[in-house]
Amino acid sequence: MSLQNLSLWDVAIAALLIVVNGAVSVALKLDLERKLAWAAVRTVVQLLAIGYVLGWVFQFDRWFVVLPLMIAMTLIAGFAGAQRGARTYAGQRVDSIASIWISSWLVAAVGLFVVIRIRPWYEPQYAIPILGMILGNTLTGVSLGIERMTEELTARRDHVDMALALGATRWEAAQAPARQAVRAGMIPTLNQMAVVGIVSLPGMMTGQVLAGQSPLQAVRYQIVIMFLIAASSALGTVLAVLLTYRRLFSADHRFLASRLVERAAASRR
Amino acid sequence: MPGSPCIRHGDVHRTYDRNSIMTDTALIDAVDISRRDPLSGQMLLRQTRFTLNAGDRVAITGPSGSGKSVFLRALALLDPLDSGHIDWHGKPVERATIPRYRRNIAYIRQRPAILEGTVEDNLRYPFSLKAYGDVQFDRPRAASLAAQAGRGSDFLDKRASDLSGGEAQIAALIRVLQLAPEVLLLDEPTASLDPESSHAIEGLVDAWFADDRQPRASVWVSHDPAQAKRMSERHLTMRGGILDEAAAPRHVNEDPAQ
Repeated sequence: MSLQNLSLWDVAIAALLIVVNGAVSVALKLDLERKLAWAAVRTVVQLLAIGYVLGWVFQFDRWFVVLPLMIAMTLIAGFAGAQRGARTYAGQRVDSIASIWISSWLVAAVGLFVVIRIRPWYEPQYAIPILGMILGNTLTGVSLGIERMTEELTARRDHVDMALALGATRWEAAQAPARQAVRAGMIPTLNQMAVVGIVSLPGMMTGQVLAGQSPLQAVRYQIVIMFLIAASSALGTVLAVLLTYRRLFSADHRFLASRLVERAAASRR
Repeated sequence: MPGSPCIRHGDVHRTYDRNSIMTDTALIDAVDISRRDPLSGQMLLRQTRFTLNAGDRVAITGPSGSGKSVFLRALALLDPLDSGHIDWHGKPVERATIPRYRRNIAYIRQRPAILEGTVEDNLRYPFSLKAYGDVQFDRPRAASLAAQAGRGSDFLDKRASDLSGGEAQIAALIRVLQLAPEVLLLDEPTASLDPESSHAIEGLVDAWFADDRQPRASVWVSHDPAQAKRMSERHLTMRGGILDEAAAPRHVNEDPAQ
């Protein structure tokens, strides 16, 4: 069994399918055409770029090439994780980067060194795609978690205030929104785990099967990956929500609501 | 008839004199506190010195946006201060004792925050907090407070979502009064209520004040001069972040021992 090689023409034909989305957008007046076009261009450019980068990295196969790439991936995920939500606060980006970095590297280390036991430790063929998958999902959890936390605190500001006025500690006042936020961040991964193999065949598994790997091995890899993703996104979400909590509640049990600003206003300043 | 006529300031004073509580230090001493808007830098509360003694019933009036709420929230230590500090019974309030301090000074806002569930769930909520580990919910006591406010025994079982604005404020007030605070900070508690509910709120506060087992004092922010007169003996005005003691006939920070 060998892999059917795709030419750039084949890719171009597939890219035409984005026209379907464009037609929907126009028909329903969703006003998404520009965004769609931009997203499609980004997909093509980013993937082509990473293809070349990976080809080069795999060829090089040195830690001082692999490690910076992993750091760059993590930072990009961290920045993207801070971009969601109508409200933001000073330090959101740092919180997003910190929670994504800590959780995904910790869990990736467990996956690569304890489960898969790659050698050398930076083996790019494993380290990069696995970290990438973990990052992608952790980013979702982290950004949803922070977004929900800021939303809940805005919507329930009166309740937070009431709790503090009654004598609640800052954690007692914040815990209901924090719980909602962690839940919101974890649900996409849980949903994914619930339907994996039935509704969706994950990309990595599909890829391994396409590449000629036995489905049983591919499935084992997928199970490992699912759990790595679940662990990292849970850890990342909790970290992100706790960091947000620490920014918005002072040690003297005050809710610093004025730190929560609308994103548009924040970018104007 | 507004308020309950049975408690008058003089009676309270006599009570404290008899128990010689009045030789005690002030309940709240706000020393040169000020607050700026953290975003615009605008001065919301100019350096203010304010002493609340046991037995004080203070009213603050003034145009909206003049800093009345800012001042009240500052007294409750709910917002960060830009200068000054607050003493409680003569001692500065430490970081670790802020929840405890807030337990003693109840802050009531114009729009009450009511949790989902029944009125009783709302009344039980404070007892779930660490600061109230030593006390337990007392339903008969809560019911008697509700009765004082002219509410039947079914009031505690009402759904929070079915409460009128007035009932919600009454529930919020009972939620703090059952905890027997020493100080009440009321931020226009009746501003958007019907006369009957306002009357009930004033009655509850009067009854709380009359209960003289411990020194008590209140600060009532109002934009209704008649209410301010009814509910206070000491009248302050707030203008542009400056708190002014009006030329009231008695006790402008007078020495309570006299």
